[in-house]
Amino acid sequence: MERLYLLIPLLPLLGFAVNILMGRFTKPRFVNTVAISSIFLSFLISSVAVYEVLGGRVIEYNIYTWIISHDLQVSIGYLIDELTAVMLIVVTLVSLLVHIYSVGYMHGDPGYARYFAYLNLFVFSMLMLIMGNNLLQLYFGWEAVGLCSYFLIGFWYEKKSAANAGKKAFIVNRVGDFGFTLGIFLLFINVQTLNYGELFPKLTTLQGEVINLLGLHIDLITLIALLLFCGAVGKSAQLPLHVWLPDAMEGPTPVSALIHAATMVTAGVFMVARLNPLYGLSETALFIVALVGAITSFIAATIGLVQRDIKRIIAYSTISQLGYMFLACGVAAYGAGIFHLYTHAFFKALLFLCAGSVMHAMAGELDIFKMGGLKKYMPVTYATFLIAALSISGIPGLAGFFSKDEILWFAYSSPKSYGKILWFIGTITASITAFYTFRILFLAFHGKFRGDAKLLNHLHESPKVMTYPLLILALFSIIGGYFSVPHFIKPVVGEAVPSVPHEQEKIVMIISICAALIGILLAYYMYVLKPLLPKMLCERFQWLYRVLFNKYYFDEVYNYLFVKPTLWISQKIVENITDRKVIEGIVNGIPKLLYLAGEKLRPIQTGYLQQYAILMIMGICIILFIILMV
Amino acid sequence: MSTEYVIKKEMKKHLLIALLITILAGSTIIAFGIAVNNFKYPLLSTLIFFPLLGSLFIFFISSQREELIKVTTLVVAIVEFILSLPLYLSFDKYSSKMQFIEKYLWIPQWGIYYSLGVDGISILFILLSGLLTILCVLVSWNEINKKIKEFYICLLLTHSAMIGVFMSLDIFLFYIFWEAMLIPMYLIIGVWGGPRRIYSAIKFFLYTFIGSLLMLIGIIILYLHTGTSDLMRLTQFSYPYKMQIWLFLAFLSAFAVKVPMWPVHTWLPDAHTEAPTAGSVILAGILIKMGAYGLLRFNIPMFPEATLALKPFMLILSVIAIIYGALICLVQTDLKRLIAYSSVSHMGFVTLGIFALNHQGIQGGILQMINHGIITGALFLCIGIVYQRSHTREIAKYGGVASVMPIYSALFMVFLLASIGLPGTNGFIGEFLILLGAFKAWKLMSILGATALIIGAAYMLWLYERVFFKKTTPYINEHIRGYGDLNSREIVTLLPLLLAVFWIGFYPKEILSFLDLSVRDLLNHFNSMIGVAK
Repeated sequence: MERLYLLIPLLPLLGFAVNILMGRFTKPRFVNTVAISSIFLSFLISSVAVYEVLGGRVIEYNIYTWIISHDLQVSIGYLIDELTAVMLIVVTLVSLLVHIYSVGYMHGDPGYARYFAYLNLFVFSMLMLIMGNNLLQLYFGWEAVGLCSYFLIGFWYEKKSAANAGKKAFIVNRVGDFGFTLGIFLLFINVQTLNYGELFPKLTTLQGEVINLLGLHIDLITLIALLLFCGAVGKSAQLPLHVWLPDAMEGPTPVSALIHAATMVTAGVFMVARLNPLYGLSETALFIVALVGAITSFIAATIGLVQRDIKRIIAYSTISQLGYMFLACGVAAYGAGIFHLYTHAFFKALLFLCAGSVMHAMAGELDIFKMGGLKKYMPVTYATFLIAALSISGIPGLAGFFSKDEILWFAYSSPKSYGKILWFIGTITASITAFYTFRILFLAFHGKFRGDAKLLNHLHESPKVMTYPLLILALFSIIGGYFSVPHFIKPVVGEAVPSVPHEQEKIVMIISICAALIGILLAYYMYVLKPLLPKMLCERFQWLYRVLFNKYYFDEVYNYLFVKPTLWISQKIVENITDRKVIEGIVNGIPKLLYLAGEKLRPIQTGYLQQYAILMIMGICIILFIILMV
Repeated sequence: MSTEYVIKKEMKKHLLIALLITILAGSTIIAFGIAVNNFKYPLLSTLIFFPLLGSLFIFFISSQREELIKVTTLVVAIVEFILSLPLYLSFDKYSSKMQFIEKYLWIPQWGIYYSLGVDGISILFILLSGLLTILCVLVSWNEINKKIKEFYICLLLTHSAMIGVFMSLDIFLFYIFWEAMLIPMYLIIGVWGGPRRIYSAIKFFLYTFIGSLLMLIGIIILYLHTGTSDLMRLTQFSYPYKMQIWLFLAFLSAFAVKVPMWPVHTWLPDAHTEAPTAGSVILAGILIKMGAYGLLRFNIPMFPEATLALKPFMLILSVIAIIYGALICLVQTDLKRLIAYSSVSHMGFVTLGIFALNHQGIQGGILQMINHGIITGALFLCIGIVYQRSHTREIAKYGGVASVMPIYSALFMVFLLASIGLPGTNGFIGEFLILLGAFKAWKLMSILGATALIIGAAYMLWLYERVFFKKTTPYINEHIRGYGDLNSREIVTLLPLLLAVFWIGFYPKEILSFLDLSVRDLLNHFNSMIGVAK
């Protein structure tokens, strides 16, 4: 029975192999049948596994030993516990819906087979990441999902911006992985294992150990936790490595929904939750996780306020919501973090797929100021977008409300001194989130159409193959919250203990609902009642608008701080001076010197024997003189 | 053309194919025969002399019959590879002793032996060399179009000398093979190379030759000091500390040039850039591995105290090579030059692992040598393939190749990913073990070395973007459209390396198990020698 679960990742891999090898020669129908059925079967088997976990079983199985070298022994295997089960639901379900949606969205694209092949490869990698029973296998999946993300962002590689965005995503992620790798090393040399089951009991023995790093004395566990967190910062697009995610929107929209909203970018949160025994041992590490999460959620939300590109707004929203999840992990409420990961996967994937549906109708137009009044033309997209927007804003009864409320409550009630501040930032961010989400809704779907007339005739609702996934996701965005994830995964991640009386939970809840309503009403006021107000505000606070619109100039600063100096050093110092002038100078200089010496000595060779004889005698005399003197 | 002539030609073709199959089948049977009753047969000598005989045979073929020459070379290379399989099949992994030993008295007056043997380390290089030589023949098929006969003779001679280096158990024999390999390689670069071939060939020759001379002095001193030239016995002596340092440096001068370590690397970009594809593949695949192999065979076991004393120095040089090579890759404008400099960076990883002087470091270092041979060999093959179509190596002239050559682009991507150490490819296993080993030895060096993970991804992906992505440039359109994607010969050339990338990536145990005991033995020897000295 245990071996059956091997099929969960292997089926998508098989789908990838079939499509990448044969897809070019077959009909699109064959391609999507292979791709979707592989994911569907994988989804079914996952459901069986989840069912078993619900019955209280934890499934662990080693497939084979991957690397063995002295004391390093790593296997490929899987561990399906409650945490993995939640991830399995999210990954296989959202993947399945996105695959189906893609049939309509990618219809007629010349790279149809390639697209589905990559998508299947992604699902395989993501499943390897979440199912692995050791840290190195997680790293395998970690890098592999990054690779698929690179392929899919740059899917339309003939577009320069797409090719650039893919590259940027990969390299920025590598910066995070640099820390991640070192974290793995440091962990390994201290506990001699990377298997979760063997690793966690040994962690307590490391408590209080101090490591000397470049002259600084740092707590060992904190350092390991923070190095590993570097990887999460890269993968989950947290400050300061968030710059790749907005650019990643160059990829096809279903990819943004699946990879850059629902699954891959949440891998960082999953990792922190998976390693909760490690993070739980370091107050400092948790504080930094929470801090990064809080700052990111706020900063990204403010950038989202003023963007015009529908996908980028949702991308900043994703960054912000991921920050929320880290905030939860930072107050040791891993359950709440994973809960939000789970609900977020549904409503954020839905937002993206709705955006894709809009783009489909708008012939690829992304600027929300060129839309308007789409409600009439695309009723299903509008309705589902509305549900997603209400869900993300945290309106009671919808999925987003439950998880967001859980996070805010645990931040507020945290025994840590900074809990209240986190709660405050979180609440403000919730309000901003509601505002910019409804800004999209009002600008794109309400009012009058602002695009050109030609486009107006083109407007249409998307085909059923696209709208049905929207409806299913909408359903989950509503009911998803009634499955109490924190309670379910308690055996794995434990439970945060509130330090304030439970009665205050109602107050926190009411405040967060008010915050959401304020955001929504403000958006209604500014974009429906007083449409001239936003422009006035922009002119009034021009500097602020410019800073936000240019995303706090992160890209520009990085360009001048890292990219340009590196290239300059490589070109001027390394290549031109060291390699060409110094080393090559010496290498070519020695033969030149010999040649020059020969040139200078040549006049001496006059060919007159007498001269030679005199010189010889002189030489002998000198030698004799020296010998006799000494 | 008369029908009779056509029929005759057809018959000839069939006869030739039948002959080929017979030879291949025969050699396979012989190989398995040897594998079954192992140790009885002088296999290593056969491996060295078979290509020599082959080249002698080619020498007597008329230069006009180009096809025959190519086919003969291919057959010789394939048979050679099949014959080397018994090494793999009947090698005893559970013994760290030298195996398949052959020993004949050679120069009785001086007590010099013709002595051959292999252990888990050298065996891998012999197999890799056999594989790459076959691929080199295939890739040269249309690329080499002058002095064809001489080229293939040189190729076979290089192979003989290279595997000789890995088999020698006598320092004089080692030295002879070491130098012998220089000559055909020099000719390959100097005769069949690009526009600046003469300069590059001479530079290659002088660089390596000067280094080797210092090694020769070292060898003579060793011989005079101990009275033996047996490699295994030489490791048993305990040399005075000062002598160790000087000998270490003498041997290092030969090996560092070959690796190449920073700062004696500048021959490599020139040699790689100007050499024909086969030359680059052999250089990257096998030749530069001999340097690191020498460090493992001579410097570490013979001069352990010097090794320990110079370890920080070697680690620093390695890290400089890693970062320096990676940075300089960022600004290259020539395809081959970029890959050549990436070799400097990757070989820096190899020496970093070796001088970490622990199990994972050395094992990873050796594995990474094999990996680098596979990956960089493949990348050079790829560049050779596209060069034959476009006749340019300038990156700026490329663009949008992915649209016209999708299969080629996919294969190139796989090798590129292996090169930047993506998990699931062989590059990851090597780099991970090396960095882990280095981390145990000296954390800072490992941290600095790991920055190459970022820079490596940057230069490789940027290269890929410039060459393969964006709109197809008119230049590429004009030159490549006519040829189309890879032909079957080219796919066959790249396929074995592709399989090797994933095989080692997902199942490295097989190769690591070959190295395990040899590395353990080396480290035990090293540690006990240090212990004795203390």
